[in-house]
Amino acid sequence: MFQDLLNHIQDPIVWTGLTQVGAAAVLAALVVLLSRRRGLGLEAELSIAFARGFVQIVAVGLVIGGLLTVPVAWSALILLGMVGGATWISRQRGTGLPGVTQVSFLAITVGAGLVIVTMTGAGAIEPTVRSLVPVGSLVIANAMKINGLALNRLKDELRDKRDEIEVGLALGGPPAAVLARHLRTGVRASLIPVVDSLKSLGWVWIPGVMAGMILGGENPVYAALYQFVIMAMIFAAGGLTSMLTSLLMGRRVMTAAEQLRRIGDDGD
Amino acid sequence: MPEAPPLATEHLTRVVDGQTLVADVSIEVRAEEVFVVFGPSGSGKSSLLRLLNRLDEPTGGTVYLDGTDYRTIDPRTLRRRVGWVPQRPTLIEGTVAENVAWGPTLRDEPVDEARLHELLDRLGLSGFADRDADRLSGGEAQRVAIARTLFNDPDVVLLDEPASSLDAAAADRVESLLADVMAAYALTAVLVTHDADRARRLGHRGVRLRDGGGVATGSLDALLSG
Repeated sequence: MFQDLLNHIQDPIVWTGLTQVGAAAVLAALVVLLSRRRGLGLEAELSIAFARGFVQIVAVGLVIGGLLTVPVAWSALILLGMVGGATWISRQRGTGLPGVTQVSFLAITVGAGLVIVTMTGAGAIEPTVRSLVPVGSLVIANAMKINGLALNRLKDELRDKRDEIEVGLALGGPPAAVLARHLRTGVRASLIPVVDSLKSLGWVWIPGVMAGMILGGENPVYAALYQFVIMAMIFAAGGLTSMLTSLLMGRRVMTAAEQLRRIGDDGD
Repeated sequence: MPEAPPLATEHLTRVVDGQTLVADVSIEVRAEEVFVVFGPSGSGKSSLLRLLNRLDEPTGGTVYLDGTDYRTIDPRTLRRRVGWVPQRPTLIEGTVAENVAWGPTLRDEPVDEARLHELLDRLGLSGFADRDADRLSGGEAQRVAIARTLFNDPDVVLLDEPASSLDAAAADRVESLLADVMAAYALTAVLVTHDADRARRLGHRGVRLRDGGGVATGSLDALLSG
């Protein structure tokens, strides 16, 4: 594994890449210089962000370079680690909701997991670390964003519409029916960005995977098709995650006696 | 053996985060009477009311419906039997008719249109069925909220200061319509109010609360003069 990593670093293409980084750095330095001239006071922040971004992305490249050499079974472990991170980050959007960590973990695992497993089975994702980890991470990261949006909206909805929900319960309404419109609002709000991305796909923006494939010399039509597959995976995983989060949270926010729990500001 | 009252509480208590909201309240509401829960702001009147239909959970004591401990009754059945009119009407988006029929709609039950119109007539809302609930005045909205609760045909109605957010004229109109409808349907009700005159006009007996606890129970004359 270490020898493979060394080979990756010593590859002549890496030196070419560093030269390109140098050229990009000159442009970035120009922005810093302009910022100083115009007294924007952003030089330190821009320089640090630029250097930090470089270190982070190279570190990820090295990690992925190392991971490419491990057996494919490790992919599951790596992706599970990513789900853990995604859970931790997105749960913060729903702080105060009961069982938010558990619900997020379950929803992202099932939502993203089902899509990754199905698409691997269908042949859209190669069963290799090289393919599973980056594509899986795309799916998980988007499930994380969508989960965060769903939790955030759901929390607002449960707080703002508490009176309405309690009136519904007081009329003898089943909690699922009383909460339905509020859960729907959460799901709908969380899917707006991905639906907008699908709408603008190709004519407003050319997403990264497709751009990378074309730059890498891949057939542009196939690159477009594969990009669509990726978008569909993101949509499916996000939709499943959001719906699961809403469904599970809809149960968690009710007590056994069908009372709406207080939605606090902290903790699970 | 005497018949059990429609609603009674026994040492009913609710403490949240060390703060006592309702302290050891024992009351008995008789059939077809309007039982008034009277007391100053912050004395626990609304908190007590929310325990009576189990919207909040008692931390001590319990409530009996016709002699049955309400913890043994399915919450949905319980809340149909003990209706609640909140302080603010809190209507949903849609027409007046959709609001009044919200209970059966949530439970996926058929809506009795004739009864719905009868209730609207009784509450001075004839011809309002198809109006947008967003365009109602405060008094009209509160009357829709009362109709919505009564449409569930409850055994006991909990009224949480139903006229407190209205101007005097609208409050008087709500009060007189409420008195009519309660007499017409021979309703048993628990009315929360801090207004002694309103309590006298609508109520029969009651309890005076202070700091969550019942300090006196009995006839209104004695309670309100105390």
